[in-house]
Amino acid sequence: MDKFQKVTGVAAPMPLINIDTDMIIPKLFLKTIKRSGLGVNLFDDMRYNLDRSEKPDFVLNKPAYRKSEIIVAGDNFGCGSSREHAPWALADFGIKCVISTSFADIFFGNCFKNGILPIVLDQAQVDVLMKDAEKGENARMSIDLEAQEITTSDGDVISFNVDAFKKHCLLEGLDDIGLTLVKKQSISAFEETSAQARPWV
Amino acid sequence: MSPKTLYDKIWDAHVIERDDDGTCLIYIDRHLVHEVTSAQAFEGLRNAGRKVHAPDKTIAVPDHNVPTTPDRVNGIENEQGRIQVETLEKNALDTGIHYYPVSDIRQGIVHIVGPEQGWTLPGMTVVCGDSHTATHGAFGAIAHGIGTSEVEHVLATQTLIQQKSKNMKVEITGKLATGVTAKDITMAVIGATGTAGGTGHVIEYTGEAIRNLSMEGRMTVCNMAIEGGARAGLIAPDETTFEYVKGRPHAPKGAQWEAALTWWKTLFTDEGATYDKILTIRGEDIAPMVTWGTSPEDALPITASVPAPSDFQDGKVDAVARSLDYMGLTPGTPLAEIKVNTVFIGSCTNGRIEDFREAASILKGRKVADGVRVLIVPGSGLVRLQAEEEGLADIFRDAGAEWRLAGCSMCLAMNPDQLEPGDRCASTSNRNFEGRQGREGRTHLVSPGMAAAAAITGRLTDVREMM
Repeated sequence: MDKFQKVTGVAAPMPLINIDTDMIIPKLFLKTIKRSGLGVNLFDDMRYNLDRSEKPDFVLNKPAYRKSEIIVAGDNFGCGSSREHAPWALADFGIKCVISTSFADIFFGNCFKNGILPIVLDQAQVDVLMKDAEKGENARMSIDLEAQEITTSDGDVISFNVDAFKKHCLLEGLDDIGLTLVKKQSISAFEETSAQARPWV
Repeated sequence: MSPKTLYDKIWDAHVIERDDDGTCLIYIDRHLVHEVTSAQAFEGLRNAGRKVHAPDKTIAVPDHNVPTTPDRVNGIENEQGRIQVETLEKNALDTGIHYYPVSDIRQGIVHIVGPEQGWTLPGMTVVCGDSHTATHGAFGAIAHGIGTSEVEHVLATQTLIQQKSKNMKVEITGKLATGVTAKDITMAVIGATGTAGGTGHVIEYTGEAIRNLSMEGRMTVCNMAIEGGARAGLIAPDETTFEYVKGRPHAPKGAQWEAALTWWKTLFTDEGATYDKILTIRGEDIAPMVTWGTSPEDALPITASVPAPSDFQDGKVDAVARSLDYMGLTPGTPLAEIKVNTVFIGSCTNGRIEDFREAASILKGRKVADGVRVLIVPGSGLVRLQAEEEGLADIFRDAGAEWRLAGCSMCLAMNPDQLEPGDRCASTSNRNFEGRQGREGRTHLVSPGMAAAAAITGRLTDVREMM
């Protein structure tokens, strides 16, 4: 995984609440056996008409937002299906950070595995950033993970919380599996004890 | 020792290591795998030169893509879908994990096959690259969905790096009224909490109405815990659980059964243990439920009417306006006047034998309304056989419904069973999201009995009128 660098880019406002992973990447595109190439189908039903022409009103189709790197979203973003195709599609499109008042658990975890930083803020803070995002391509936000700070286009700074371990992995681009395999002896020891205590497992 | 919740007890029994910040390495007892979320994980494993750590604890079955028509023995027509299933088969054979191919009578939806074969047992940790893994919580197991990166992590290490969730109790007191089922309980709970109400929590369902449910019903309740945003839902195991598990192919036998039973009987929430959140609903107050919008939280009793955006607050106002537009509904319309042209009975929510008995009790001796297509899809080949032996399949066919082979089918419409734009479906599945059952298709979530009633009248119908 690439290291998470400081992001400065256009933020797309998506105030709709409960944006689910079926919306982020419809099932039609889950038939792939690859992780890559899903960006073109990100938000497919919302983004394209049945004849595949673009819906001009959809935020990522508007000229100002076609190269967005940040999404400011309504509450409970990423609910529903566990499909990791959702963060794959977001990442492939170029999204590096999503900001909302809350995220669904599985989606939240999946983001970190794919170099995307999901940030949870309170409603008032998200409202400020949503307004900022609505300014279009002149509104470039900055996200500094190391400092845990968002800087709006007006220069206002909002700090955010992030789990220390997840932050470390994102900054260093670390692979969880490699980290866990270092603990191989603990896992084996657990399995031995467990084989005695719960042999039926 | 301080009193523990059921979730605390199972969690503690699976912690391998705990860091100072609370991050834990958790052991995974069962890893279920299907074709849609696993190919990239196996590829990652291969690319890194890693092996499947515990093939014996890993079970794979194709379900999402498989057609439900008899011609499926000739293969899957859709090329990508076929490649996905073939890839699963190859990965399973290469790594030596347990595998149920499409041709096996035991094949079905992974969340129905797991319990049916006795892979899912009380006190376990169960994961799968699928959010409806919550189903297995019905056995008193910590069971939840994971992403594909975590699928790869579990394949490689049989562990997950996790933070413990908070404890939430959902108590359903008293008895359910006639015509009210497990599906109505779980929909009523989501209607009350909202789809984010359980976020960050594991729900333990308790109370008389839950205790009185069969294992099938408990699986229906836990299945939709994820729709309330919870990481998992679980129910303490009891005699109903033990009776269901006993004798299943992969359940413990003999002395091991006795040892297991001894431990399983300790799996309940201790007196005095505390929950971070509690919701109590009177079982008597629950009516047959139906969704009107595009979020599972948009659930109301069948006797209600379509709400207006102005009935809501904050971000929900715009979301409801969008939902009603998508659903083609006008505020104030009685839900029981909404016409449907499709009925789907099946899925990991309602694809078990009891669900088909419930549907058959309504459909028996009646005919499907003109112009309504009714698809009835068993959750596994064994459920199909049993339904056929019990005469349920004949009742369905006689009524004019299609009786299919096992799979996920129209729940998420990755196989050919899909809604066309504008179709409106009474569905026993779990999600009414935009496009879920087919692009521009409209979904109303209901119980099997309610779905059967809608099939007969051609509109959303209070099942109690048909009993």
